[in-house]
Amino acid sequence: MEKWRKLTEDVLKETLKEEQDNPKIIVSVLGKDRVGIIAEITSVIAKLGGNIIDINQTIFRELFSMNMVIDISNAEVPFVKFKEELEKKGKELDLMIMAQREDTFIKMHRI
Amino acid sequence: MRITSREIFETIKMVEVENFDIRTVTMGISLRDCQRTKMRDMCDAIYSKIMTKAENLVKVAEDLEAEFGIPIINKRISVTPIALLADSVEDEDLTPIAVTLDRAARDTGVNFIGGFSALVEKGFTQGDKKLLTSIPEALKSTERVCSSVNVASTRAGINMDAVHLMGKAIKETASLTADKDGIGCAKLVVFCNIPEDNPFMAGALHGIGEAEAVINIGVSGPGVVRDAISDSPNKDFGSLAEVIKRTAFKITRAGELIGREASKRLGVSFGIVDLSLAPTPEVGDSVAEIIEAMGVERCGGPGTTAALALLNDAVKKGGAMASCYVGGLSGAFIPVSEDAGMIRAVEEGVLTLAKLEAMTSVCSVGLDMIALPGDTAASTISGIIADEMSIGVINKKTTAVRVIPVPGKQVGDFVEFGGLLGKSPILDVSTVSCAGFINRGGRIPAPLQSLIN
Repeated sequence: MEKWRKLTEDVLKETLKEEQDNPKIIVSVLGKDRVGIIAEITSVIAKLGGNIIDINQTIFRELFSMNMVIDISNAEVPFVKFKEELEKKGKELDLMIMAQREDTFIKMHRI
Repeated sequence: MRITSREIFETIKMVEVENFDIRTVTMGISLRDCQRTKMRDMCDAIYSKIMTKAENLVKVAEDLEAEFGIPIINKRISVTPIALLADSVEDEDLTPIAVTLDRAARDTGVNFIGGFSALVEKGFTQGDKKLLTSIPEALKSTERVCSSVNVASTRAGINMDAVHLMGKAIKETASLTADKDGIGCAKLVVFCNIPEDNPFMAGALHGIGEAEAVINIGVSGPGVVRDAISDSPNKDFGSLAEVIKRTAFKITRAGELIGREASKRLGVSFGIVDLSLAPTPEVGDSVAEIIEAMGVERCGGPGTTAALALLNDAVKKGGAMASCYVGGLSGAFIPVSEDAGMIRAVEEGVLTLAKLEAMTSVCSVGLDMIALPGDTAASTISGIIADEMSIGVINKKTTAVRVIPVPGKQVGDFVEFGGLLGKSPILDVSTVSCAGFINRGGRIPAPLQSLIN
C-alpha cells in the first residue's frame, strides 16, 4: 500500500511539472464523417514534427469528432505556423480544425 | 488528468456559438511624469510615453488570441486623468492633449483611449475646470478619445456644481457632433464612485493609486450565461445562481490566463480581471435576453430588477472565486443601444427610463447609452445625473450616466450610431423642470454610514 501511495504521488508530481514546463496543444476536429480523416490530419502533424500524446475520436451519428493532445516542443515550426497548416488542411477537407494551447481548457475547467 | 472531450467541446461551443470573448485587453499607463508647463512639450511627452509602453500591445494581444483560441475583440489604453496634468499648463483649452491621445491611439492600433478625465467629487482645481470646459471640443476633434468625470462618491457626497456643468457639457458635445447624431456623447460618462482600474470604455482611466503601467482584462459572455440558464428551465433560484456562478467562473479564468500571459510578455504588472457581462448588438449577446431566459417575458417588466440583482451578484461570486484580482466594474452592463433585447423592449414600450433607473441600483454601472430627445434641457440632464449619482452615493456602488440627447430627434424616432455603439429608439423623458434644484449649486453632503435603512 505504502509503495503505491508513493508511486501515485511521484507520477502526479511529474505529470504536473511536465504540464507546466512543456505546455501541450489541443487539436479539435469536427465535421462530416468519411474515410481517411485521421490519416490526412495525422500526416500533417507528423510532417511538422508534432508528437501525438493522446487521441480521442468518436462519431455522433454522422458527425466526426476528434481531440488530440500534441507535444510540439520538438516541432520544426512555431505554434502559429503549426496552427495555420492545420487550418489549411481543415479548409481542404471541409472540416473545422482548431488548435489551442491546453492551458485554455485546464484553466477554465479545473480548479 | 487529461482534459476530456466534453470540456473541450464546452469551450469551443462558448466561443463559436455563444459569442464568448475577451472583450478588451486594456493597458493602463501613468502619465504623471509627463507634466510640463508648455502645452507642446507636454503633448510630446505624452505621445512618446504611450508609444513606448504600448508599442507591442496589439501584437501581443493578437498572438494570444491565436495561441489560446479565444477571440480578443478590443485592445485599448487608459491613462492618468488628464486633469491632473492640466494643472501645470498655462493654456485654458486642453483639446491639443486630446488630439495627441487620439494620435497615439491610432499609431499603437488601439480603438479607444480613455482618461480625458477629472475626479471632482469634492471640488475643482484649475486643471479640473479646464478639462470640463474642454470636453465638447475635445470629443468633437477626436475619434478614439473617451472622457469621464467623477462627480460624486459615498465619502464626499455629490458635487452639484459639477453635475450642473456636465449637463451643459453633454448638450454642447451633442450639438458639436450633431452631424453624427451626437455621437460624441457616447464617449462621455459621468460617474459616482468611479473604479480606477476599469478596462471598459468609455469610463476607463488609470487611477492615481496604480502602477507605472498595468494590464487589465475585460471579459464578457452574456450569450454563455443566457444559454446556461435556458438549459435549466425548471431550476429554483439557488440552482440558477449556481449555474451562473459556474459559468462566470470559467469565463473569468480564461480572462486571468490571458491577462497574466499578456502582462508577462509586455513586461508590465497584471492588474485585474473585470468580469462584466457586456452586451453587443449581435444576436445572442444580450443581457436583456438573460433576464428573459429566467422567465420575465420582456426585459423591463415586473421581476426585471430582481432578476438583474440575482444575475449581478452571482456573476461577482463566480468571478471572485476564479481570480485573486477581480476589479473594475464586474457585473452586468445595461447599455440600451448596444443590447438587441433592450432595444426591442424599448420599442415595445416595456422598458422605460424609470425602470432603467431602478435597474441601475442593482446592476454594475448605470444609465448607459440612452438616446434622449434632442431638445432635452441641460438642467433635465443634470437632474438625471443627480438622481443616478444619489443611487450610487447611498448604496456605496458605482453608478454612471451616459446619455445622448440626439440633435433633431424626438420620441418615436430612431438613431443609428453604428458598430459596437448600436442603435436605439429615442426614450421618453419627463419635461418637468428641475432647473431650480440644479441651479442651487454647492455640494450634497456625504451620507451617514450608519442607520442604514
